[in-house]
Amino acid sequence: MLLSEIQTGQAVQVVRITGQSSFRRRLMELGLVPGTRVELVRVAPLGDPVELLVRGASLSIRKAEAGVIEVAHLSASPAEKPLPKTVGLAPDLGV
Amino acid sequence: MASTTTDSQAGPQPPGASAPVAGSPPLVLLVGNPNTGKTTLFNRLTGQNARIGNYPGVTVERRSGSSRLDGNRLVEVVDLPGTYSLSARSAEEQIALWAVLGQGQYRAPDLCVFVADASQLSRNLYLALQLAELGLPLLIALNMIDEAGENPPNTAAIERLLGVPCVAISARRGSGISALLAGMERALSDKPTARAKIAYPAELLADADSLVKALPSSLRQGTERDRALALWALTSIEEDDELSEIDPELRRATLALRKASRRDLDHEVIAARYTFIDEHLPELYRRLDRHPRKRQLSERADRIVLHPVWGFALFMLVMLVVFQSLFSWSDPAISLIEDAFSWLRGGLTTLLPAGIFRDFLTQGIVSGLGNVLVFLPQILLLFFFIGLLEDSGYMARVAYLMDRIMKALGLHGRAFVPMLSGFACAVPAILATRTMERQRDRLLTMLVIPLMTCSARLPVYTLIIGALFPPSRAFGFVPVQGLLMVGMYGFATVMTLLSAGVLGRTVVKGRKIPLILELPPYRLPSLRGTLKMMWERATVFLKEAGTVILACTVALWVLLSFPRAPEATPPAPAVAGASARISAGPARPESPIAQSYGGKLGHAIEPALKPLGFDWKIGVGLIGAFAAREVFVATLGLVYGIDADSDDPTPLRDRLRAETRADGKPAYTPLMGLSLLIFFAISCQCMSTLAAVKRETKSYKWPAFMFAYMTTLAYLLSFTVFQVGRLLGF
Repeated sequence: MLLSEIQTGQAVQVVRITGQSSFRRRLMELGLVPGTRVELVRVAPLGDPVELLVRGASLSIRKAEAGVIEVAHLSASPAEKPLPKTVGLAPDLGV
Repeated sequence: MASTTTDSQAGPQPPGASAPVAGSPPLVLLVGNPNTGKTTLFNRLTGQNARIGNYPGVTVERRSGSSRLDGNRLVEVVDLPGTYSLSARSAEEQIALWAVLGQGQYRAPDLCVFVADASQLSRNLYLALQLAELGLPLLIALNMIDEAGENPPNTAAIERLLGVPCVAISARRGSGISALLAGMERALSDKPTARAKIAYPAELLADADSLVKALPSSLRQGTERDRALALWALTSIEEDDELSEIDPELRRATLALRKASRRDLDHEVIAARYTFIDEHLPELYRRLDRHPRKRQLSERADRIVLHPVWGFALFMLVMLVVFQSLFSWSDPAISLIEDAFSWLRGGLTTLLPAGIFRDFLTQGIVSGLGNVLVFLPQILLLFFFIGLLEDSGYMARVAYLMDRIMKALGLHGRAFVPMLSGFACAVPAILATRTMERQRDRLLTMLVIPLMTCSARLPVYTLIIGALFPPSRAFGFVPVQGLLMVGMYGFATVMTLLSAGVLGRTVVKGRKIPLILELPPYRLPSLRGTLKMMWERATVFLKEAGTVILACTVALWVLLSFPRAPEATPPAPAVAGASARISAGPARPESPIAQSYGGKLGHAIEPALKPLGFDWKIGVGLIGAFAAREVFVATLGLVYGIDADSDDPTPLRDRLRAETRADGKPAYTPLMGLSLLIFFAISCQCMSTLAAVKRETKSYKWPAFMFAYMTTLAYLLSFTVFQVGRLLGF
């Protein structure tokens, strides 16, 4: 599932990011690495951009660009701390 | 000026050279993410002696100042532009790495003070780790500690984790500053370098080690730092990056390696750093909150501020206040400045003997200074509001709300406030483009701002519409004149949007960088910081754009006053921008302005203006209007020998109506009026705007381009309207 497809208020975890390399890198540097919890806080009144809560910071990106972020439901116990990073080192990564 | 450019004076230094150049104080860099209060801390540390310069080669401002540490030791403090990472793909982003390394024209820092937002440690630590890997002398200032609530990060734990000193401060409240100064003093002697054992995959380390050989000798140190630089290259250098001064061998080797590895190197590097952060974050707190307290309050506020109905209502209200202040509240101050200069001009005229020197002084220099200072009220007011909006966190919300609309123009949501300000005056609006991070966005916004209907066009529109259009009503109830005025605003807005669309796809193409907008928590704006910014912007404008405006005023004065008519005292051609209604002698039947170079030029360009419906008199008016659009009215008045002292537009209006051609028909028809209105809406009739663009782009190329494209567009549109109108029998 893509980040652009989730409901407002829903929290998910990042699986991987695809798309243009420099934007992808910047998103990861902002903390959107696989396993990180992301919450879709709201969609702007005119439909774009969308506001995300990542690592305690509020980041907004455009909907089209949220489409490059593949996400999954949070694992069973949404712990207070981000998940261990084993997910991130899986070989199946979109480049 | 000289003191702002210590960088270039110091010249390149061997890497890691930390001993200060003889005579220059130790260099302390403030590094950190955007919105972490770096500039507030910078202001705290440097007080009144901050200077604004530019980084070499890019139009990114460089703030530097000096600060005294506890032992009365003087240090130079430089506020680096906020960044989330040292990896870069443009010359602008590259500043951060080059500055911390002391590469190129930068002097190597003696200490980096990493300014972190205490309530967003997780993301802030990412950049701190990059600095740590480079082995730079580092001190961590844990800022906004007052916002971290009852569960602040533990500074001792941070010190244990990274091995460098950490001081909790609140730059806004001024707490912890003396501890920070003491820490800086110690760190300048101890040179604490960080340690961070980040578990990179073995393959990545092998790649990095192989790339180290390709590093130019100026970067290589034979230490851990080389590997960190190799990692930097792997996450920055790309086929199509816009970095500058990258060693060709390093570039070639990096690209080859990236290609050969077939792995996701970006991911390997970044994920390893975040793994380190996530593993150690729990050690830094008593417990881990997902939402710091401040964020929760802001979130509650955003439910209203970003609400589809209430949010837009508030937005309109705020923008209305900003706009109203620029448009009307600045008026008394502007009149005061105009009156003061007219008084000064009057005084000098009576005191000094008549002659060329007096005229040069009163109509060139004094008018020129008036033309510069007259912008101050609007600049100060606009930056007052920008300061409050930025500081409070609302500016990011404006960008968030308006991004959808601005995106359609190829612009960023942050372009909204500068564009809106353009309705009042292009000069402060162009200075306000500073609030956008990227050069491309700033440039594109600057290029279209002068198309917005600024207040200087109003007197011209009023004259033309009043003189050449009947006060009748269309369809029996719509006043034609009012309709035309509204139509001009609509027309200019449409042209602005179209131009932004076209220019953004052609001239200032640049790479489309996706929007990443951070909505910082709401904070109480600091009046001190805002006043300081107003002061900075005003002085930069006066110093850098002011000189150009003054020179242009003198040049225009020469153009419109020479050769001098045989009479002793010819009326002044009033190039006094906003103070146009002053000066000029009594009405004369034979206007000397017609005899001037400007008058001759008006005659000379008449053939080119004919197809637009203009004669040489309008041509002279257009030349005069280059000082400022509203001067058109005064200049045209002088052409007709009308006393420019008079505020009453009736004589000029009547003269325009009465003007006839050889065949006895009226020379100025409504069609010609429409053509002239369109010309004024689009053409670049404003030297001050060009001076502001020159200042902001640090080049003559962009103001020249702006002048060319606006004038050409205006010419073509007026030409089309006049010619088509004639064919249709108007």
